[in-house]
Amino acid sequence: MTELVVGTKKGLFTLEGDPADWFEITARAFEGQPVDYATRDPRSGRILATVTSPFYGPKIFHAEDPAGEWEQAEGVALPEGGEQALERIWVIACGETEGLVYAGGDPGVLFESRDGGASWQLNAGLWEQPSRPKWQPGGGGLCLHSIATWPGEPDRLAVAVSAAGMWLSDDGGQTWRRGNEGIVPRYLPEEALQDENAGRCVHHVERAPRRPERLFMQFHGGVYRSDDAGESWTAIGDGLPSDFGFPLTVDPADPDCAYVIPLVADMDRVTPEGRVRVYETRDGGASWNPRGDGLPAEHAYLTVLRQAFHRTGEGEQLELYFGATSGELFGSGDAGASWSTIASRLPPIFSVVASGR
Amino acid sequence: MTATGPDSEMMAATATLCLHGPLRKLAGGGAEHRVQGATVIALLRELERRHPDLAGWVLDERGQIRRHINVFVGGERAGEETAVEPGDRVEVLPAITGG
Repeated sequence: MTELVVGTKKGLFTLEGDPADWFEITARAFEGQPVDYATRDPRSGRILATVTSPFYGPKIFHAEDPAGEWEQAEGVALPEGGEQALERIWVIACGETEGLVYAGGDPGVLFESRDGGASWQLNAGLWEQPSRPKWQPGGGGLCLHSIATWPGEPDRLAVAVSAAGMWLSDDGGQTWRRGNEGIVPRYLPEEALQDENAGRCVHHVERAPRRPERLFMQFHGGVYRSDDAGESWTAIGDGLPSDFGFPLTVDPADPDCAYVIPLVADMDRVTPEGRVRVYETRDGGASWNPRGDGLPAEHAYLTVLRQAFHRTGEGEQLELYFGATSGELFGSGDAGASWSTIASRLPPIFSVVASGR
Repeated sequence: MTATGPDSEMMAATATLCLHGPLRKLAGGGAEHRVQGATVIALLRELERRHPDLAGWVLDERGQIRRHINVFVGGERAGEETAVEPGDRVEVLPAITGG
């Protein structure tokens, strides 16, 4: 049984089922409100959801049962009396020690929880970066959207901020340094490339768990791989119909494997040629193969957002799931070889997180 | 409204704050709250002090009214520094927005 926790523009949905069979919606929560991201912590079984009411601001809620009572987490705010307010929480990720959970948000902030998400503290090291006043937001705001922990090493962290680029820490987030060498923002004039504060619009980053020094990145025009824990990056987008896109995921069993969902370009953020295809590499990005059997093959101009692609399992049992702003949700139980439509009339999908139950 | 009696001085600075939607539950379940304050922002701060679960819902970290919250004093759109008269009815409403 697989559980999908789906954040949408109009609430949270959970679905349960089997990719070889069918899924059913088992719960809906936060009706009518934007749920930017939601995940279940496999250690505690707790579901954490980020909700950004257009009226009441961003909050994190948690529950044991998505159909039951939700509690508001404490501490999800910037320092009182400052000049900025928290705009949105974009992602939640489990840390490498018991109860440790991270949340990333706009304006380029990282929160930490040591009690499984009930209470949170702002990461001071990133908040107090001297260059912060020069950071440039992307179209979606100054969002910290990717948090790559290092399996078994809680001190080693990589986070990505659009458009303040990659930030790396070797001391559990006390200090941070940039990790953008080799990234070429094609949207900047050449003279601006030397300016480390000029926008590095990272869209999504994932670490290869079995070779943690390897990371894959979907950039705002460009797909990249790092083999030195995010210090430097090599372009691997050749062979894709477009190297623009938002989400990315990996097969935990294979450090050479990554999946992306290309969109036409930054000025036309839909699937190319009216066809929906996931592209897979099994050689670290040297080559890419389309994985679209069962996905819409004509007249399909979908947009898949950065948090709306996820996986559970690995190797031959790798399951892949993604949702589109059209409200369609797709799944594969065979590592992308074949796909089926799991739901077709959900609200616009912001995030998808899959887990084995 | 004219307040009378021994507490008239305090009552004279008290208005009725009217809450809607999820704010009612966060404020202990009541729709109307008698709150003392000379301005809209002072009323909202006092309400938040009385009901800590409201923290962050109407006022953000900067202490400002959230962008899509509308406040009306006596039926007229008000800002943070709008003066509140004794007996005023102050409505806190979500704005007409969204998609």
